[in-house]
Amino acid sequence: METILTVNHLTKKFHFLTAVNDVSFTIKKGNVYGILGPNGSGKSTTLGMVLNVVNETSGSFTWFEGTSTTHQALKKVGAIIERPNFYPYMSAEQNLKLVCKIKEVSPEKIHEKLELVGLLDRKDSKFKAYSLGMKQRLAIASALLNDPEILILDEPTNGLDPQGIHQIRSIIKKIAASGTTILLASHLLDEVEKVCTHAIILRKGHMIYSGRVDQMTASHGFFELKTSQMDTLMAYLKDNDQFSTVKLENGLITAFLSQPMEPATFNQLMFEQNIVLSHLIWRKESLEEQFLSLTNNTAN
Amino acid sequence: MGFRSMFMKRLLSIEFIKLWNNKSSKFLILSYFILLTFIALCAAIQFDIGEFHFNLADQGIFNFPYIWHFTTYLVAFFKLFLAIVIVSMMSNEYSNKTLKQNLIDGLSKKEFILSKFYTVISFSIISTVFIFVVSLILGLIYSDYDELSIIFSDLEFLLAFFVKLLGFFSFCLFLGILVKRSAFALGFLILWQIVEGILFGVFAWKANSEFASNVMQFFPLNSMSNLIKEPFSRLNAVQSVANQVGQAFNKDYGVHWYEILIVLIWTFLFIYGSYALLKKRDL
Repeated sequence: METILTVNHLTKKFHFLTAVNDVSFTIKKGNVYGILGPNGSGKSTTLGMVLNVVNETSGSFTWFEGTSTTHQALKKVGAIIERPNFYPYMSAEQNLKLVCKIKEVSPEKIHEKLELVGLLDRKDSKFKAYSLGMKQRLAIASALLNDPEILILDEPTNGLDPQGIHQIRSIIKKIAASGTTILLASHLLDEVEKVCTHAIILRKGHMIYSGRVDQMTASHGFFELKTSQMDTLMAYLKDNDQFSTVKLENGLITAFLSQPMEPATFNQLMFEQNIVLSHLIWRKESLEEQFLSLTNNTAN
Repeated sequence: MGFRSMFMKRLLSIEFIKLWNNKSSKFLILSYFILLTFIALCAAIQFDIGEFHFNLADQGIFNFPYIWHFTTYLVAFFKLFLAIVIVSMMSNEYSNKTLKQNLIDGLSKKEFILSKFYTVISFSIISTVFIFVVSLILGLIYSDYDELSIIFSDLEFLLAFFVKLLGFFSFCLFLGILVKRSAFALGFLILWQIVEGILFGVFAWKANSEFASNVMQFFPLNSMSNLIKEPFSRLNAVQSVANQVGQAFNKDYGVHWYEILIVLIWTFLFIYGSYALLKKRDL
């Protein structure tokens, strides 16, 4: 598969703070990647380095297998970083014309892309008159002008109202469905969970995971259990090595599986132990729970 | 050659879109060129003191080749208008964060600086051509001499004018990048002018004014103002008055190659410094 971006041991130090520490990963064509991490974990700094606006302290990166210079490569990339940055006194269309000049592409796609993000009827309004949601959608239109090889989005829904968030997400899904490679940085897991096939997890500048989303934890899920014989059940589960951790919280037992097991098998097992369950649910951890366990954070 | 000019054209058109769609920039640029033509109004200055009728145009200020010296010296003051445009075109890129977006969109840092520098060159060239045409027309109307050899003598004042603007605008560009805020950058420019003035005073006081001039000619603003000396004491009327009171002016009004070289070196340092700053900084 064609490699779009290779990052090798990238490190960035700001005085005494190491914002990004020895991060390496590879972006292949056609996949949808998520960079996950809490605020301040180094997501934006990492993107800043590969986008030529932050100087790396050490390490390197190559775009498109090193076939062109970074700024030439960036013409084939569409990127939106944090806030939409445009000339406030210029209209949406004028701003996009300028971007076309910079990217050296013909301006014929401006209308098509404005239509895609639903801004065609506001193309002559000045950028400063736009709402934040419209600004963000214009940024997406701008990033798509060159039909990029990869679309990089950094916190695209930050600060938007629910309607704005919904609009942005449906646009991203539309783009992902068209086969465009996407790199999405976010601290919101549900945002990533639905679209991403691969994830890179950062914590305090360190990369703690890089790989497929569904292999992030070799998790077999867990059971949520209730019974009148809580103590007996707890004792049994703790002795059983098919379960890794067992917790009792608010009168509900959570038992994590260390190997695959069907709920029916488990129920059968309980009957054999003369334990009658009043509540049995088998669940997979959400990405959020996996993420929190990886980053050693506690929920709330 | 073809590639090179395409490259320049692209960078200039990027900068043109940014500048021309900005109402304040457009207003200042237009005002600047309108003010340049106002130099022609000098011709209309006339007044009567009793029996004595005075008309500035009759005093020989529009005579070739003196007019080249006179107009280039006088209109150089208006460069402040373009200085504001240049400082804000640079600092706005920082405050709107469009500099960051430009780089992300695929403009290299070198191209970014070059697009600004080409704009500065264009401003200087257009100003020079403009003042050449205005002076030529004024001269053809009012000059007492109209031989071609006289008309086209002393044209080095136009070269000096071009270099003076180029150096000054490059300084503004550098300050815009260094300070990132247009108001503070312009404040810094004024402060720098005062600092050079004070330094001159200190050197003149500690040593003598000759030593002060010798040292200060290497400072940026001083070197730029040295390019075109004041033309007023060259006027016949002033000369004859001076002769009457026994105070003959014996001044060198010429443009010297080393003065041009000093300003060109500063221009290079400012542009290279802008690039080095941009390259070093994280955005």
